Amino acid sequence: MTRRPVEVGDPERLYTVTGGRSRADGDAFDLVTLIVAESDPAPWMQSEHVRILRLCRTPSAVVEISADLGMPVTVVRILLGDLLATGRITARHPQQGAGAGVPLPDSALLEEVLHGLRRL
Amino acid sequence: MDSAGSDAPAGTVPAARVPLGRAADTGLKIVVVGGFGVGKTTLVRSVSEIRPLNTEEVMTRAGVGVDETAGVGRKSTTTVAFDFGRISLDERRVLYLFGAPGQERFWFLWDRLFSGTLGAVVLVDTRRMSDSWYAVDRLEHHGTPFVVAVNRFDGDLAAFSLGEIRQALSLGPGVPLIDCDARVRSSGKHVLITLVDHLRALAGAREGKP
Repeated sequence: MTRRPVEVGDPERLYTVTGGRSRADGDAFDLVTLIVAESDPAPWMQSEHVRILRLCRTPSAVVEISADLGMPVTVVRILLGDLLATGRITARHPQQGAGAGVPLPDSALLEEVLHGLRRL
Repeated sequence: MDSAGSDAPAGTVPAARVPLGRAADTGLKIVVVGGFGVGKTTLVRSVSEIRPLNTEEVMTRAGVGVDETAGVGRKSTTTVAFDFGRISLDERRVLYLFGAPGQERFWFLWDRLFSGTLGAVVLVDTRRMSDSWYAVDRLEHHGTPFVVAVNRFDGDLAAFSLGEIRQALSLGPGVPLIDCDARVRSSGKHVLITLVDHLRALAGAREGKP
């Protein structure tokens, strides 16, 4: 039951990690966008990028990466943007849901979710 | 350094992160909203295949909240922590369950974190009903469909009936309201099924199906 505070580090360090940026372009990554590494880390890469590529050898949600790195979601989105721009990761975006710009979930999808939950 | 127990010996506790299968391609989310101590993490834990993980989001903006004493020329920063668990529904679909605090500052981040959520569960503690009232109000405002689950702590059954709670929270007749015990897996599962069943009925009505 213990809640462990997330190790965020001081703001200056986060500023360094993202090269001074504080907003991801267009918030392209949802919390549950699944990230997959498309290449191995290279020795010259910054350590956060290396960790992300290692984590994403199997699909990992943005929020899981955030928890594992101990960094706020916003910072992780920026780091992922770098890796996406250089083709080192691919992103599997969610397609349905309630909210801005996303189609509402249809009954076929919800039926499958129900099916999966009943098997729990 | 702070790897949340990923080095724990196998077989003692569930691994913090069991990898997803390679075919996983669709992330889905459901949010459990409730006040501090109402049992959100307990509910998430009872149904999750991973031990709940914790992370946070930082909001930097001027003029929000009360942190205006940070100094001239500095933006105020608000941090909201939340936890989550995971259920692999099939080879492709993965449902993420988020436990989110219902406090006021959290709702500024709702769109950024939880747009695209399938729906929400409002977890109610009858001793602190006002927390839930605010969550209900905000979800209606955001147009997010939800169900209300009353976490019955020991000896709480006598406190308020579901009818009284429906009235206290001004819930419309269309909003499902159920009792649960967040510690019990089958009960947590029932809460999620009640929500998705409700969502399916809403989707069916939208699509013109019975």
